[in-house]
Amino acid sequence: MRYAETGFNLEVDLSRGSVDRVETDPGLTELHLGGLGTNARLLWDRVPADADPFSPENLLIFGTGLLCGTPAPGANRTIVTTLSPQTRLMAFSMMGGFFAPELKYAGYDKVVIRGRSPKLVYLWINNDKVEIRDASHLQGKGAGETAELLRQELKEPKAQVVSIGLAGENRVYYASIEQGRSSASRGGVGAVMGDKGLKAIVVRGTKDINVADPAKFMSLANDVLKYIQFRATNPIPGVPAILSGLGSPQEMAIHDESWHTENFAWGNARTRRKGFWTEEVEKTWRETQENARKRLISCYNCPMKCGATVSVPNTPVYMMKCYSKLTYTMAAMSDLEFGFQIAQKATEYGVDAFSAPQTMAFAVELYEAGILTDQNMPGFPTDNKERFYWLLDKIVRREGIGDILANGTYWAAQQIGKGAEAYAHNNIKKHEQLPLKLGMLNPIYFLMYSTGEKIGITQIEGQFPQAPFNTKEEREEFVKDWFQVPDEKFKQYFLDWEPRGENSNPYYPTVGMSCEIVDWMEKMHYIDDALGVCAGLSSFPLKPPYHMHNYPLFISAATGMDIDEAELSQIARRNRTLVRAINSRRGLRRADEKPPEDHWKKRFPELEEQLRDEYYKFKGWNSQGIPTKESLHELAMDFVGEDLERRGIIKNEG
Amino acid sequence: MKVKKKIKTIKVVVDKCNGCRACEMICSAFHANPQYSSNNPERSRIRVIRDPLKDIYVPVYAGEYTSAECMGRDKYVIDGKEYGECDFCRASCPSRTLFKEPDSGLPLKCDMCESDPPQEKPLCVQWCINEALVYEEREEEVEEGEMLGDVETGLEAMIDKYGLQKIADTVARISMSSKC
Repeated sequence: MRYAETGFNLEVDLSRGSVDRVETDPGLTELHLGGLGTNARLLWDRVPADADPFSPENLLIFGTGLLCGTPAPGANRTIVTTLSPQTRLMAFSMMGGFFAPELKYAGYDKVVIRGRSPKLVYLWINNDKVEIRDASHLQGKGAGETAELLRQELKEPKAQVVSIGLAGENRVYYASIEQGRSSASRGGVGAVMGDKGLKAIVVRGTKDINVADPAKFMSLANDVLKYIQFRATNPIPGVPAILSGLGSPQEMAIHDESWHTENFAWGNARTRRKGFWTEEVEKTWRETQENARKRLISCYNCPMKCGATVSVPNTPVYMMKCYSKLTYTMAAMSDLEFGFQIAQKATEYGVDAFSAPQTMAFAVELYEAGILTDQNMPGFPTDNKERFYWLLDKIVRREGIGDILANGTYWAAQQIGKGAEAYAHNNIKKHEQLPLKLGMLNPIYFLMYSTGEKIGITQIEGQFPQAPFNTKEEREEFVKDWFQVPDEKFKQYFLDWEPRGENSNPYYPTVGMSCEIVDWMEKMHYIDDALGVCAGLSSFPLKPPYHMHNYPLFISAATGMDIDEAELSQIARRNRTLVRAINSRRGLRRADEKPPEDHWKKRFPELEEQLRDEYYKFKGWNSQGIPTKESLHELAMDFVGEDLERRGIIKNEG
Repeated sequence: MKVKKKIKTIKVVVDKCNGCRACEMICSAFHANPQYSSNNPERSRIRVIRDPLKDIYVPVYAGEYTSAECMGRDKYVIDGKEYGECDFCRASCPSRTLFKEPDSGLPLKCDMCESDPPQEKPLCVQWCINEALVYEEREEEVEEGEMLGDVETGLEAMIDKYGLQKIADTVARISMSSKC
């Protein structure tokens, strides 16, 4: 018997209309765990290096994490992996909700989609019975609407559904895959689903998931629950409220938005509005949120309440999570009510709530600069809110200017020309980033922004405080119960970090320390993504319940594999390196690894080069950021090294 | 004859339910054999009846098995939310799959996680740290009588379905063959 995982994948070829249940190799679990790890392995093994994201040979993989469906709190993530139409690299998108555990209970660890259906279809997985069904009646339907219609059609109110809206059907480069209260948004995974002609996957499962050492596993899971309760009543002092607890940022619970509205940039990631958060704004926004929010809600088997059911006048009810509450509001320089209203429509269309508002704000800016004119945008409204609705509709239908804007700011700027490139100023690896414009370069964040492959900074950070604390006493207090550190040295790095003077940014933490800190943070994310545990209980917050010391125990008790910290660390490194190798093979080089020019006011070109050099070395990559044969050998991935060598991407160094 | 009996109940505070279904997961894990070796919400004796867009989140734990379908199929509107009658009913009955073993179709009933040594509270209550489920005990005078155990509840359902004679014959045949 396989423990924790089911040991079976569902292989669906939409070109041939075939469905196969395939037993997986337990050896791959030992090498990569599951989730992101084994997804990446499938992508490496089976998708040609030069495949077009919109081609039948691209795979679209819905992977559950290794611990999904077990009693481990917060283990509910679905990891969606494919080639991104926008970055042309591996897409790195994940969602919480209820889909992954349901898929496990149906008896599958992954659904691997290949090929392309000539007509729109959906997949109905009901335990052992799996069917590809006609979805022509769902064409043009909203993502949430589709899910409801399918539950009714199949008479399965308990079925879980992932679906795309119009944006996915029309292959908008930043189309998302929606799941009711969560979504896989980054990298355009919804566009690939649309390209494959797949409108939705419906799953219902009623089977068991087993763990190898039940008593040990339950004791670990209970410890995690106890710690969550402890943290709820003992928030971390000395950091902003948004960083003092667990879960993903409690956007739907909190009212005080001074931090986001005054520090993040409005419009097309340009305008800082210091002093925006007045008492009057606070009062209005609080009322808007109180009226709109019906209930704080959770993903499967998680006590945190990171999402909410939202109901605003003249708009159908929907579910929202986290930061999309503010992205439309701030991009349109508008109010919170507008944000809640347009987000409903955007969610039904299925677009990434980071890229979509940024691309729309970019279009408004181009229009105001005269680069886009009434000729390009006939009937463009004058009111800013109406402009956003107008743009959203054009984009998801790929009508007129919308056809260009549907490709995101990087590609749209190239197509528009006339100096539009200068307005696409907030991209990394061709993808829209957090609208942040900061002062002094921060070496840790420089590394995360530059070298991260998840195309979203908040998906890499988390274990180390974002800024030094003001006093030595506060720092000493912080490190006292910081048992999550994998090594005691990190405490000293933090104790010595000062807001000003010699031991402050950009030269402190030193290059060497920065490499180690970033590596630790990144490692935890890669472990979470293989296990399917939400970053909100692990790699994202400070002092989380899951960490390097209890994870090996969880994995051993769940699977029966005997694993220690060093081995887990090695697996995380293997997965991280494999993702890098996939992207190296698709052309990712050092020149691509840079934050936007205007991200920090004060830049340090020499230091930045040094940081990149050292981090590459630390990771076992060459000066171009490509994994070396030696490091691949250490990670038992000689076949990757041989492939890279055969293609001339790395030289024969032996 | 009346005797004093400890009545164990779970108070359900629907407004506090965040819909995570941890109660379903842990219930099924607790009742697995060996304990906690597997979990499967479909085997759970508590279910969250959910309709998120209508803001319906009702955790219901399984009560007595009823051998007949009820007459009611009425809808109720409470605070603007429409509930079907089954949303509140704690019985497993012939007309729905709720509170039935997915393999055998046999009815399930909440046993308040009675075990040796006893649990402080039922596991669903322990795992619902949002306090949508609250464990309560009170003493009541009740008529003396045997409460049905799991096996009896299941057997009763089988007898209703197949008739006493057939069940008796089957049990006899199984016990014969297991002796060989």
